[in-house]
Amino acid sequence: MIKTEVTIGKLKLKNPVLVASGTFGYGDELIGIVDINKLGGIVTKSLTLKPKLGNPPPRIVETPCGMLNSIGLANIGVDKFINEKLPILKNFDTAIIVNIAAKRIEDYCEIIKRLEDTEGISAYEINISCPNVKEGGLEFGTNLEMTRQIVNATRKITDKTLIIKLTPNVTRISEFAKVCKEEGADAVSLINTIVGMAIDIKTRKPKISTITGGLSGPAIKPIALAKVFEVFQNVDIPIIGIGGITTWEDAIEFMIAGAKAIQVGTANFIDPSTPLQIISGLVKYCEENKVEDINEIVGSIIVESLPH
Amino acid sequence: MIIKTTSTVLLNEPVAENIYRIELLSPEISAVSKPGQFINVKVSENFDPLLRRPFSIYNIIEDRIQIIFNIVGKATKILSNIKIGEKIDIIGPLGNGFNVDGDFNTALIVAGGLGIAPFPFLTKILKEKGKNIISFVGARTKSQLVLDGLVNVNIATDDGSYGYRGTVVELFKSNINDNYSTSKVFGCGPTPMLKALIDLCDKLNLDCEVSVETPMACGTGLCQGCAVKTKDERYKLACKDGPIFNSKDILL
Repeated sequence: MIKTEVTIGKLKLKNPVLVASGTFGYGDELIGIVDINKLGGIVTKSLTLKPKLGNPPPRIVETPCGMLNSIGLANIGVDKFINEKLPILKNFDTAIIVNIAAKRIEDYCEIIKRLEDTEGISAYEINISCPNVKEGGLEFGTNLEMTRQIVNATRKITDKTLIIKLTPNVTRISEFAKVCKEEGADAVSLINTIVGMAIDIKTRKPKISTITGGLSGPAIKPIALAKVFEVFQNVDIPIIGIGGITTWEDAIEFMIAGAKAIQVGTANFIDPSTPLQIISGLVKYCEENKVEDINEIVGSIIVESLPH
Repeated sequence: MIIKTTSTVLLNEPVAENIYRIELLSPEISAVSKPGQFINVKVSENFDPLLRRPFSIYNIIEDRIQIIFNIVGKATKILSNIKIGEKIDIIGPLGNGFNVDGDFNTALIVAGGLGIAPFPFLTKILKEKGKNIISFVGARTKSQLVLDGLVNVNIATDDGSYGYRGTVVELFKSNINDNYSTSKVFGCGPTPMLKALIDLCDKLNLDCEVSVETPMACGTGLCQGCAVKTKDERYKLACKDGPIFNSKDILL
């Protein structure tokens, strides 16, 4: 029997496979299609203090081996989540990680305060890296001082596991991870999407309404892997790897590079059972490679010299 | 009930210039599908094309689903080359479907180009319900007309190579008489055509449902990518709330 449990802060996950924010709805959409109890955890769609309508269409376009999106954090708001979604979600035997987005530090804190009064939430993932909203999002995640303030403020008001979701749209992502650690975050998750663009050459207009959007899917996997490895080498903080993970082999790669857990994102759009297939694949890999505890894989990369 | 299944290709044939029809064996999805719904098709095992492609259900024949498409890009090119006996991963039926239960007597079907896609199935169900049906079909040119499964068809072509020379909405407008109070319009086609149709139906105060086409990823409401603007300045999802909308509700 392979030990698949991993621990991130206070959060114990039955296996290291999570579903990424914004790719699994609020978790309840797939009841009956996917056995949610088998997942390591669900990261919810980003919640904001007030409901958000999202960006005008077109919001998505496919690009080679990936897609650009600019959903604009369309969501039902924290109160409706607490009243309508959480009662359903907490019945599942899986970790519920609530992703939070805001345009002011006070709003991040207010959302957490409201969620602290409820039961069934395992951890928070703080989104400081959405590329598709004017305020907050990237503006926070690309600024070390703002990142410091957000982690500091949110850390003060919760004892639950605090995960900060980082953007790759910076020069040195490890500097941001370092700040997160200094301010008491339990983990970092990376990467959020990469700012990208596509143009219709007939109309000469951008293919999505906000001109640029967030690139995701297999196209970004090598970039994500390099970022995970950079943080792993430079900062002693648990890493949740995200970016184009579609197969169990991808998941193993991220774990070897230093990720303690991984999130499946865009692949859910093609097949929402992808995370379950990845879990089976991880177990099989461990069996075949005589790995008794999946944690043995984490950071097991062999390098002869460090990258430049 | 959404079903994910692997279906066998029973037929893949050109039906007009650059237009193909595929028939898939799927008893589970066939049994529960309604006109106007769609299936989301995984075209390739590779990462490019990456996402599934949505196709209106063209017809259901017993336990078989038919879809129709023209070759516009990489994914439809791959589909056009799929051989009989191969398996394709599909999810369906998705979306809401047309409302066929109203107290209208006559269905006025207006289709532009591949906008004919949902109508053979709709026609079949409307016939079962004893409704009168008048169809208006437009295409760029005669060689791109697909009329199978439609009844009482009036034809428009952009180049005048067959039927009325002009757009299908112009043809529809010129044919409509004062007797439409007990009629309902069902429209599908490119967005500019749907806009023209919606404008016309608004002016005439005609009840009208349209099937919209938007970029789409998951088809099940997860990605929120297929937003359609509503008249009250909100958004609905083409995959879940649609793809069929009442013309009074949306802004295209």
